[in-house]
Amino acid sequence: MNEWTRDEMMTVAASRLLWDGCVCFVGIGLPSAACNLARLTHAPQIVLVYESGTVGTRPDVLPLSIGDGELADTAACVIPLPDVFSFLLQAGRVDVGFLGAAQIDRHGNLNSTVIGPYDAPRTRLPGAGGATEIAAHARQTFVMLKATPRSLVTRLDFCTSPGFLTGHGARGQTSMRGAGPRSVITDFGVLTPAPVTDELQLTALFAGVTVDEARAATGWPLQVAADVATLAQPSQQELETLRALHARTREAHNRAVRLPV
Amino acid sequence: MTTRLTTLRDAVATHVRDGICVALEGFTHLIPFAAGHEIIRQGRRDLHLVRMTPDLIYDQMIGMGCARKLTFSWGGNPGVGSLHRLRDAVEHQWPHALELDEHTHAGMAAAYTAGAAGLPCGMLRGYLGTDLPGVNPRIRRIECPFTGEPLAAVPALNPDVTFLHAQRADARGNVALHGIVGAQREAAFAARTLIVTVEEIVDELAPAMNGIVLPHWMVTAVAHCPGGAYPSYVHDHYSRDNGFYQRWDAIARERQGFMDWMNRHVLATADHAAFLASLRETA
Repeated sequence: MNEWTRDEMMTVAASRLLWDGCVCFVGIGLPSAACNLARLTHAPQIVLVYESGTVGTRPDVLPLSIGDGELADTAACVIPLPDVFSFLLQAGRVDVGFLGAAQIDRHGNLNSTVIGPYDAPRTRLPGAGGATEIAAHARQTFVMLKATPRSLVTRLDFCTSPGFLTGHGARGQTSMRGAGPRSVITDFGVLTPAPVTDELQLTALFAGVTVDEARAATGWPLQVAADVATLAQPSQQELETLRALHARTREAHNRAVRLPV
Repeated sequence: MTTRLTTLRDAVATHVRDGICVALEGFTHLIPFAAGHEIIRQGRRDLHLVRMTPDLIYDQMIGMGCARKLTFSWGGNPGVGSLHRLRDAVEHQWPHALELDEHTHAGMAAAYTAGAAGLPCGMLRGYLGTDLPGVNPRIRRIECPFTGEPLAAVPALNPDVTFLHAQRADARGNVALHGIVGAQREAAFAARTLIVTVEEIVDELAPAMNGIVLPHWMVTAVAHCPGGAYPSYVHDHYSRDNGFYQRWDAIARERQGFMDWMNRHVLATADHAAFLASLRETA
């Protein structure tokens, strides 16, 4: 059996959710790795959109920022940023949006703004960026975040990006274009919204993880689906492709940049 | 022929007054670092800074006490983590309090676009289900007069001065830029005064059909400033220094280390060429 890390399993699990040809709005970090792993394995025609306006990009190494030159060099086209948000996202032309956050609640609402009160925060986080409108208008979203009782919380300190709001169909009463979070990929397994209540419940675990561990890592009383699947472990091809991608990325980011002039 | 060519020092001295609204745009690419450093050197205060992604340049300007207000939509060090000077200003009011006018990228894009078009507000199907309108009274709801759909409205952004960095300009002041163009065109057309630093000045710009050319009659001043986007990058000239962005996390984490770095590399250097030379010495 291949040895793998939880980060690798999260990346592989997310990449398997993507299909060939889908139009995918990518975030930096684990989502970027997952989307490019999909492109390099089972989804060669996936259309990756980074919010810098690089559309249909095929980077050889993962970007550090959302706007590295590599993304523009390998893009099918580069469009102005207002067009990204109005013509692509708001108009409903994005199939999948990836989101991360510091906190998520049981209805998939996300906080990436502040820990503590807004006017006197204990920790000021970066804020919304593209996330609020990705959450609203991508046809579906996948959320990736590591689970602790401080990240999977009963009550958000601030709602940056909407999931299912208060649940029970509340999202459907708004003018959001998208269906909301379909999968939350954590480092123990996958949560998906339950019918009717829209509450996230445990539907799949990584191999070797118990339901008790998942419950302990969740800040609310976690509902568990009647039939919890065990996700197939990463294949040798997935692992080799992902590790080679990370190795190329490390090498590229460590290369000294010549100062201009 | 009138020339718009000047030095960055003169452009900042002439057009940047304490208390005005200034936007330095460039989305990851073409960030006008040299212009930000010159504003710091000239000791401008109480500025209302506008930028979608404050990035390292606004971390530096905020930490050096240039800003009283920040309009922004994502305030992190991309791919690395926090902007520690921005956090210190918001969490501990150091070096002084900073008023936040916080938006989403889509909202700021709409606000710049409205500003560029001379409209009073931008409109979008945005800010749905978020707490942002509750903390920012400048995000409001309007109703579409045709469909009745509730939409978000944000006031137009019209900076007193927008700074951009670009690949090249000609002697008349026409400016050409390409690559990731972010919201630069919108920020340029929205500005009352537009100042552009460029990698090179050429006699005549090659025709660039569909490339962004800012015509000379809307450009207030152009300054030749090679390397002016470093540690951000300029497509076809130099790469983003991702290593610098990673090292900035440690440089800016503590106040003293930050001040030492800024004193040595920005305040003690006469211009951007000297700034780059000072980094070469410590490389």
